[in-house]
Amino acid sequence: MNFYRLLLHLYPSSFRAEYGDEMSSIFALELDRSSGRAARCGLWVSAFAEIVFNAAMVHWEIARRDLFHSMRSLLRSPGFTLTALLLITIGIGANVAVFTLANFVLVRPLPFPQPDQLTKVWEKHPGYPRMELSPANYRDLMASSRSFTTLAAYTGYSMSLVGQGEPRRIEGAVVTANLFSLLERPALIGRYFRQGDGQAGAPGTVVLSYSVWQTAFGGDREIVGKPVSLDNQPYTVIGVMPADFRFPTRETLFWTPFRFKETDYLDRNNDMLDGIGRLKPGVSLAQARSELLLIAARLRKQYPKENEAVDLSVFALRDELSEDSRLLLKGLCGAALCVLVIVCANLGNILLARSLARERELSIRLSLGANRRNLLRHLLTESVLLGLAGGVSATGVAIAALPLLSRLVPSRLPVQQVPSVDVEMLLFALALTVITVIAFGVAPAWQACRGAGLNGLRVGVRTGGAGRHGARSALVIAEVVASVVLLVSSGLLIRALWRVQSVDPGFTTSGILSLSTDLPFPKYNKTSTREQFYGKVLTEVRRLPGVMDAAYITALPMTWGGGIWPVEVDGRSRILTEGNSASLRFVTPGLFSTLGMGIKLGRGVSDNDTADRPWVAVVSESLVQRYWPHEQPIGRHFKFGFHDREVIGVVGDIRARGLERTSEPQVYLSSKQDLDDGLTYYAPKDLVIHSSQPSELLLPAIRQIVHAADPEQPISDVRTMDEVVAGETESRTIQMRVLVVFTGVAIVLAGLGIYGLLAFTVSMRQQEFGIRLALGAGHGDIFKMVLVQGAVLAVAGLVPGLALAYIAARLMESLLAGVRPADALTFSTAAALCLITTLLGTLFPALRAVRADPTAIMRAE
Amino acid sequence: MCTECILDAYSRYAYSVVMSDEVKALLPLQPTTFHILLSLTDEERHGYAIILEVARRTQGELKLSAGTLYRSIQRMLETGLIVETRNRPAPELDDERRRYYRITPLGKAVAEAEAGRLRDLLKMARLCGVAPRTT
Repeated sequence: MNFYRLLLHLYPSSFRAEYGDEMSSIFALELDRSSGRAARCGLWVSAFAEIVFNAAMVHWEIARRDLFHSMRSLLRSPGFTLTALLLITIGIGANVAVFTLANFVLVRPLPFPQPDQLTKVWEKHPGYPRMELSPANYRDLMASSRSFTTLAAYTGYSMSLVGQGEPRRIEGAVVTANLFSLLERPALIGRYFRQGDGQAGAPGTVVLSYSVWQTAFGGDREIVGKPVSLDNQPYTVIGVMPADFRFPTRETLFWTPFRFKETDYLDRNNDMLDGIGRLKPGVSLAQARSELLLIAARLRKQYPKENEAVDLSVFALRDELSEDSRLLLKGLCGAALCVLVIVCANLGNILLARSLARERELSIRLSLGANRRNLLRHLLTESVLLGLAGGVSATGVAIAALPLLSRLVPSRLPVQQVPSVDVEMLLFALALTVITVIAFGVAPAWQACRGAGLNGLRVGVRTGGAGRHGARSALVIAEVVASVVLLVSSGLLIRALWRVQSVDPGFTTSGILSLSTDLPFPKYNKTSTREQFYGKVLTEVRRLPGVMDAAYITALPMTWGGGIWPVEVDGRSRILTEGNSASLRFVTPGLFSTLGMGIKLGRGVSDNDTADRPWVAVVSESLVQRYWPHEQPIGRHFKFGFHDREVIGVVGDIRARGLERTSEPQVYLSSKQDLDDGLTYYAPKDLVIHSSQPSELLLPAIRQIVHAADPEQPISDVRTMDEVVAGETESRTIQMRVLVVFTGVAIVLAGLGIYGLLAFTVSMRQQEFGIRLALGAGHGDIFKMVLVQGAVLAVAGLVPGLALAYIAARLMESLLAGVRPADALTFSTAAALCLITTLLGTLFPALRAVRADPTAIMRAE
Repeated sequence: MCTECILDAYSRYAYSVVMSDEVKALLPLQPTTFHILLSLTDEERHGYAIILEVARRTQGELKLSAGTLYRSIQRMLETGLIVETRNRPAPELDDERRRYYRITPLGKAVAEAEAGRLRDLLKMARLCGVAPRTT
């Protein structure tokens, strides 16, 4: 029977107390009357089943009734309900959106089987911890390494797709044949590369991405085996990858195999391959790293000149994100948490206020025989209902906000751009809702039930004891703390953004239009063929009305970090190190005037700098500073890009790598001074035009000019230099905007929190104020009393808030672009803003306190 | 239209007019509730006696479990179909753990209304040629 009594605990306690004894006695009777072991067993089994079922039904009936009552009670106070819903939506919505994004970028496994085994392999040069591999080092590494099941390599490459509508430039990758088997993702249709596809002389093969297959080939199921023309070369489509396959970036639309020639292995400094490896099961990253160090040491011994100081290193593919990208997202997560703290504090406050206001109702219900436990359950049901409704709307808000935040997903991550809504996200939203509801629903409900009693029925009794007032004050202080942290953080990031935006890029940005005409090879392998194209395009473009100048360059400033070569002066140093590197760009005459880069010394590249004349270079000031400080640089010689070059001019340095990092010195070479089949990878492709006309007016004419020069040549990447520079600060700007919104919400909520608390206190203390006024206190004294109360709350939050803000600022120091974490201006502005908001929140309650009419109050008492 | 049909339609109309909203709101009754109400029509009974009475009336076909019985009783008490009565039998026949229940006028009205509803249903079935087989 004890077990039966134990089973009865599945029922709600009220039901058990009411009917438990009788049910037990009935069961005992039935047990007595049953004869035989089998009958008793049957009785137990059916008793167990019916108790489980009926207990669940009783619970459900109670819950249904509670839900009905709670719904009615919430609908009776729409103001409170809407406010609470809005708060939950803001707090949880912000957190779900930001944490989903952070989880997507920083945590979620990459979409490949066993993603933890995927690693990136890098060369390590002094000053360059992550350098691509040269084909020769890649081949040696493949032969020696035992840590990987497969080692593959790839490099980004764009090609002109001709014959499928308008010619267009598409981004793709050249990959070693084993890349797809390494990634372990089968093709959607057809196959991926085999070893034979990568051999020199093998016919051209291409694997298409799902998106290019859909857009350019109409999703043709019979595509496999069909020819396509890429860069005017015939390729055969051998397969199509699935829609969710993205590698190495989400912009990659096709893959072709590397076909290395023996000559590719000659130069060990031709660092052009991105290495990727799949670790053997059981091999750790550390083990692989130490093996690579040994291999690098052996290669250094074997090739002391070429591999001098070159090391090898390996990192998890998941960690291929810049520290700043991580910090940016972590900062947003911190800000979202601050918003949640503020929202929870506000929610707690309004729930506490409501519980105080309902004390009378609850007291009446108690005195009419309601059970305290039932009341508590009813109040909790209200919170749960609010939480769930808020949680649903918050998830909706988060889903809507995700595309807006998706620009914070780095493009180099092989994942889709917008995080998908998944179970993880929904569970997070649910967990957050439950935590919020429990944390801020339970306490007020408990307080209300504890407080309700006979006291609540007494007319004239002032409810809201010191304890509850203390709790509400603590919540308001928490709001102030979180708002100050947010205010300071956004302030510092705004200042950092301004500072970055005010950095002089070293070239003119306004009035400059740029576009790419990526020339296909081998069609343009000859320098003279390329020059003909440039000549035709530039001559015609310069004739257009409003165009001041135009020129070609290998790559626009800030758009490409590659093309870094070692500089050899007087036979010193051969391998690439931070101390001898410079960026190589081929340019046509007129580039410096087009981009407004003043020539400091000598002259720029001219039409006469042809291959049969001395090979010349225009260098930036920092290169002169490095090699010929206080000396005349013009006429000096150095070896760069396989050839000896003579310095003919000096220009100012530009921020070639972006606004936020210093760049290597720049070397500009004449586009005519390259051998046929030479550095074709560096052939100028970006056209820059300085014009007084808006780009929309210029573009049609430019398209015609390019089409006339080569009808198969597509145009891509049309943008102004202003846009290029703005792109530099895009993720910062988005993060800052989100932060500013968070901060705005936070400060308004904090102000409202203080207002709510003081308004409530003032209404509770009307009687006291009336008496004080009657006893001769001045209106000013009462006003001061309330004001001081608000100020105390503000200062109590301000002090720890500023300290926490400083800690937060130190944590995100690398995002501050040189703004000091203890920036006095930001801190004082944040403190002033916080004080003003809290004082505004205090002002109205204080004025109300002053308006207390002692006669009316005394009469009412 | 046959006279029986007219009479039947009239009785249904009259019945719906007299039936109060409170009663209507509780129809149709769950079979368990109906049986419990029926078992209390002749006398006040405690829980176990109700189980026995229902089993007797249905010739053992419906054997209420304690859990189902008390869940129904709780609901019927809340809706006012039955009340707990203070009348108890002589101490030598009583068990102090027992609670005794009595049908209320509302309970009676609801049971009658349910019976009427079942009767109408049966009539309708008969008119459609679907009549229960008599044994």
